[in-house]
Amino acid sequence: MSRAVEEVNRRMLRARDAIDRTYAEPLDVPTLARIACVSQAHFIRTFRATFGETPHRYLQRRRVERSMFLLRETDRSLTDICLDVGFTSLGTFSRTFRDIVGEAPSAYRRRGAAAEAPTCFVMAWTRPSSFGEARPR
Amino acid sequence: MLNAITISHVWVLDQQEALDFYVGKLGLEVAEDQDLGFMRWLTVRVPGDPGRRILLEKPGPPSMDEAAAAQIRELVTKGATGFTVGFSTDDCQKTYETLVARGVEFTQEPTTREYGTDVGLRDPFGNHIRIVQMAAQPAQA
Repeated sequence: MSRAVEEVNRRMLRARDAIDRTYAEPLDVPTLARIACVSQAHFIRTFRATFGETPHRYLQRRRVERSMFLLRETDRSLTDICLDVGFTSLGTFSRTFRDIVGEAPSAYRRRGAAAEAPTCFVMAWTRPSSFGEARPR
Repeated sequence: MLNAITISHVWVLDQQEALDFYVGKLGLEVAEDQDLGFMRWLTVRVPGDPGRRILLEKPGPPSMDEAAAAQIRELVTKGATGFTVGFSTDDCQKTYETLVARGVEFTQEPTTREYGTDVGLRDPFGNHIRIVQMAAQPAQA
């Protein structure tokens, strides 16, 4: 372990925080690489080495976690929720949701339970796990 | 039995940088700063709340070997040590604006929830800190 690794970790964390914060916006690799102060070529590889999954997959889980929250806590339409959390098509949203959560958004909504804790904890602890169970698209 | 929390700790990678942040930016005050020989005993507290201190602890020998310290540093910098410490404030929005002006790195802007309004931020090392303004409790009948 060297200081260099710590420095890279810290910058990758800054990029991951940016994903958490601006998940609803179109996020691209150049933007995130700029936040992390690394080249685009290095960004995806380094992010994965640091956090165990690609930035794209992390973003998908973040969006799906937020959609789960909205499905539980609101009665807004699937289309609204899909667009709200940053997906651009209902098809991609539904497919990604099913891949990660294991059931369709509408089925999840029917049996949803509420969680009331600081948002960051809900965010971190209800984010659907995907370390190996579901393949990124 | 127990009657209070008096001291808790935060892993910091550099105590001077920690002071610059926790005192210089967050506005805490130094409670103790003593060279014990084997370590620098450095604690901070919220002004006006003398009962609770935070030890700004640097991982390393002799309390642990360098390899263990490196693991801790790696976890802290990738944000994997989880939640670190929570503060309260009377005015979350104003505190947020003040700290933004001081260059504090926020992970979450003021967000209103049932329990109140809170923000998330990181210290220079990656530790996750939250500041909450509790919602006014409804008067008990």
